[in-house]
Amino acid sequence: MPSKITLGPITRAQNSCSVEVSIENGAVVDARCGVDFFRGFELILKGRDPRDAGYLSQRICGICSAAHGTAAAMALEDAAQIRPPRNGALLRNLILGADFMQDHFRHFYIYGLPDYVEGPDMGPFAPGYTKGFRLSKKKNDLLMKHYQQALDIARLNHEMVTLLAGKAPHNQGLLAGGCTVPPAADILADFQSKLKKVRAFIKDVMMTDMMILAETYSDYYHIGTRAADFLEFGLFTHPENNQKRYFPSGALIHGQNKEVNSNLIAEHLRNSWYDEEAGAQHPAQGKTIPNREKSGAYSWVKAPRYDGKSVEGGPLARLWIKGDYQRGVSVMDRNMARVLETEKIADLMVQWLAELEPGKPVFKSFKMPSKAEGIGLTGAMRGPLGHWLKIEKGRIAHYQIITPTAWNFSPRDASGQLGPVEEALIGTTIEDEKEPVEIGRVIRSFDICSACASH
Amino acid sequence: MFKVKKAGKQSRPKSPLLWLGTNTCGGDALSFMNSLDPGYWDVLTDLIDFRYFYLNMTAEGDMATGILDDAMVRWPGKYILVVEGTVPVKSNGLYSVVGWRNGEPLTALQAVQELGAKARHVIAVGTCASFGGPFAASPNPTGSLPVQSVLDNRVINVPGCPVNPDWMMGTLVHLIRFGEPKLDSFGRPLLFYKETIHNQCQRRHYFDNSIFAKQPGEPWCLYKVGCKGPDTFADCPNRQWSGEHLSWPVKANAPCIGCVNPEFPDGNAPFFEHLSDVYLPGTRVTANRVGAITAAATALGIGAHLTGTILTGRLASTYKKGFSGTKKGLKTIGKLMQGLGKKR
Ligand code: SF4
Repeated sequence: MPSKITLGPITRAQNSCSVEVSIENGAVVDARCGVDFFRGFELILKGRDPRDAGYLSQRICGICSAAHGTAAAMALEDAAQIRPPRNGALLRNLILGADFMQDHFRHFYIYGLPDYVEGPDMGPFAPGYTKGFRLSKKKNDLLMKHYQQALDIARLNHEMVTLLAGKAPHNQGLLAGGCTVPPAADILADFQSKLKKVRAFIKDVMMTDMMILAETYSDYYHIGTRAADFLEFGLFTHPENNQKRYFPSGALIHGQNKEVNSNLIAEHLRNSWYDEEAGAQHPAQGKTIPNREKSGAYSWVKAPRYDGKSVEGGPLARLWIKGDYQRGVSVMDRNMARVLETEKIADLMVQWLAELEPGKPVFKSFKMPSKAEGIGLTGAMRGPLGHWLKIEKGRIAHYQIITPTAWNFSPRDASGQLGPVEEALIGTTIEDEKEPVEIGRVIRSFDICSACASH
Repeated sequence: MFKVKKAGKQSRPKSPLLWLGTNTCGGDALSFMNSLDPGYWDVLTDLIDFRYFYLNMTAEGDMATGILDDAMVRWPGKYILVVEGTVPVKSNGLYSVVGWRNGEPLTALQAVQELGAKARHVIAVGTCASFGGPFAASPNPTGSLPVQSVLDNRVINVPGCPVNPDWMMGTLVHLIRFGEPKLDSFGRPLLFYKETIHNQCQRRHYFDNSIFAKQPGEPWCLYKVGCKGPDTFADCPNRQWSGEHLSWPVKANAPCIGCVNPEFPDGNAPFFEHLSDVYLPGTRVTANRVGAITAAATALGIGAHLTGTILTGRLASTYKKGFSGTKKGLKTIGKLMQGLGKKR
C-alpha cells in the first residue's frame, strides 16, 4: 500500500498550488500537480478594447508581467498587421530582458535557495525542514549573504524596467506599436550603469553560487529527470524581423528539433475544473467555462499538449534548442540553464543598448482593425507563452492564453498522459516522508508560477 | 505532521505579521520587496516578524498552514494580517484555496475570516484586496470580493496595481511606530492618497494650455490618450517608482490608468480613451485661461462636458469625500462596494 503526501501550499511558487505524491519503497510512484486558485482573465478580457489586453493581462502575474505585455502586444500587432519601429523593438527587448533577469534572480535566490541553504532562525525562514542541508557552515553563510545582495540586484532590474516603462511590476511603457520612452542619454546612462552592476553580480557571484550548489548536490543531476521533449516559441525579436529570435523557437520531440507549428497545440480539460464541450481544443477555439464542482478534476490548470505530447519549456529548453547546453534533463540542469541564460541575456542587453538610435521613433500608431485575428508567441521566463486574440466590431471577441507553467505544471490530459512536472517527480527518492525536501526541489527547478498557470 | 525547527528568539520583539496571498498575481509582495530604504532584509531583521509570507517562506504544506493556526493561539489580538488579493465566494470560496488543513482545502474566505477576527490590524494590500480590482472586473467570474466585504473589523486599504513600495512600507511603519494612520472614507491612508494625480502632475501646465499628446510616447499632457489622473487619488507624480523613485507612467509618456481607484479597471476602461464624464477637483483657471481652454478644447473635440466642468469649476463634494469617480465606474462597483463605506 503506497503512502501519500499532500503538500499544499507549495510556497515560493508565486501563489498557491499543491502536489499529491504516492510513495512506494521510498520512491515517488505517482504524482498529481494542481493549482488551487482561478481568476478568469480570458472571460474578463472579452468585450473590452483590444488595446487594454496588454495592461490587463500583465496582471496575470507580478513576476513576469513584461512577458504578458509582450505577448499581448505581439498578438495585437499581428491582428493590426504592424511592426514596432526599430527602436521600439530594441526597447521592448531591454524591458523584457530586465524583467527576465529580475525573475531569474528572485527565483534562484529567494524562491529556490531555501531548498538547499539553511536560512537564519527567523521568519520567513523558520520554521523549515531540519534535514537534507549539506553545505558547510561557511558556504551556507556565504550563500545567505548573497541572498541578501540578490534582493538588491532583483530590485535594480525592476528599476531598469521603471526607467524605460514607468513602473514595475505591470509596466505601462510597453505597448502594441512599440514603446513610449525615447532613448535619451540620461536614461540610457542610468540603465547602463545598473546593467553593469547586474552583470558583475551574475559573473562574480551567481555563477559561483550555482557551481557550489551543483557540486554539493550533484546527485540532483539524476533527480527530476524526464525525456528531452521541449517546446519554445522563440525569445527576443530581432528588430528587423519579428519572426527571427535571439533564442530560437523549436519543438524538440523524440530527439528531433522541428519548426513550431502552432496549429498542433491543443488544450485538454479532462482533469481540470472546466466544462468540456468538445475534446481537446486549439486555443483559437478553446473555451474557459469554470466548474469547481466537476468531479475527478484536480487543477485549475488546463493541460496543453503539442502534437499530443507533454512538453517542457524554460531556460533549459531554450538553451537546448539553441544548441548551447545539452548535458541532461534534471533538477540541476534546469537550475544551471537558468543561471547561464541570465548571463546570456545580460550580455545581449549590452548589445541592444548600443544599437538604440536616439531621435528615431519608438512607437508606431495604428488603426484598430474592427475584425481580425492575431497570435502573440514569445518566450517567457518559464517557457513558451502564447496569446490568441480575435477582434470583432473593434472589441475582443475571443482571448485565450497558454502560459509556460500551464505546459510544465499541467495535470493529466484526456489520455492520462502526465504533465512534465508530474513526470519529473516520478522515481524521486524520498529520504524522510516527514520532511520531503526532495519534492520541492524537483518542482521549483521548473520555476513554477501558479499565477500564470491558471490565470 | 512535520518536525518543526523552533523559530526565533529575538533580542527585541518585532511585530508578528502574516502575509496571506489569496486571488493575486503576487505583484504587491514583489513591489514591497522593491523598497529601497528600508529594504526587505532590514524589515525582516528590525521591524517585522514575518511568520507567514506565502511568496518567500521556507515552510510548505502542513507546516505552513500550521503557522496560521498557531498564530491565532499564540498572538490573538497581536498580529498584523496582510491580505493580498481578492476573496472569491463562488463555490463556497473554492476559487481560491490558500493551502490544505487536515486534508481539506483551506479557502481564502475561511482563512481571511478566521485570521481577520483575531488580528490586531488588517491591511488589504493592492487594489484587488482593497476594492476588487482586475479579478473582480466584469463579469467577475469568481465572485471576488474585497477584504473589507468579508470582515467586520476595520480594514486599512493600501491600493495600487501593484502597490508602490513606499505606500505599503509607510503604512506598516506608521502602524507599528505611531498606530493607525489617518484614513479617508475608503480606508486609504491620507498620507499617500490625499490628492489627485492631476493636481500634482508635472504636465499640468500642458493640460491647462491644451497641449495634448495625440498618441502614447509624446511628452505632453496625456489626457486625450486616456490619462485618468484627474480622477485618481495617489502621489505617483511626486513619489514616483520604484524604490529609487525614478519614473511613473506619465513620465514614461503613457497614460495613468487609475490603478488605485475603487472602480479600477471597469470604471477606468478603455485605458486609452479619455474620460467621458469627469469631475475636475481643484481646477483653478483665470478668465483668460478659461477662454483659451474653451476654444482650444472645443477645437480639439474634448467635448462639451469637460469644457463645462472647467467653466463651472464643479468641485468637488466628491473631492471632500476623498473619492471622485465616473458615474459608470461607481455603478460598476456598486454592489461590490456595499459595506465598504458604512463600516467607518
Ligand atoms: S490629464 Fe494626466 S497627464 Fe494631463 S495633466 Fe492631468 S495627470 Fe497629467
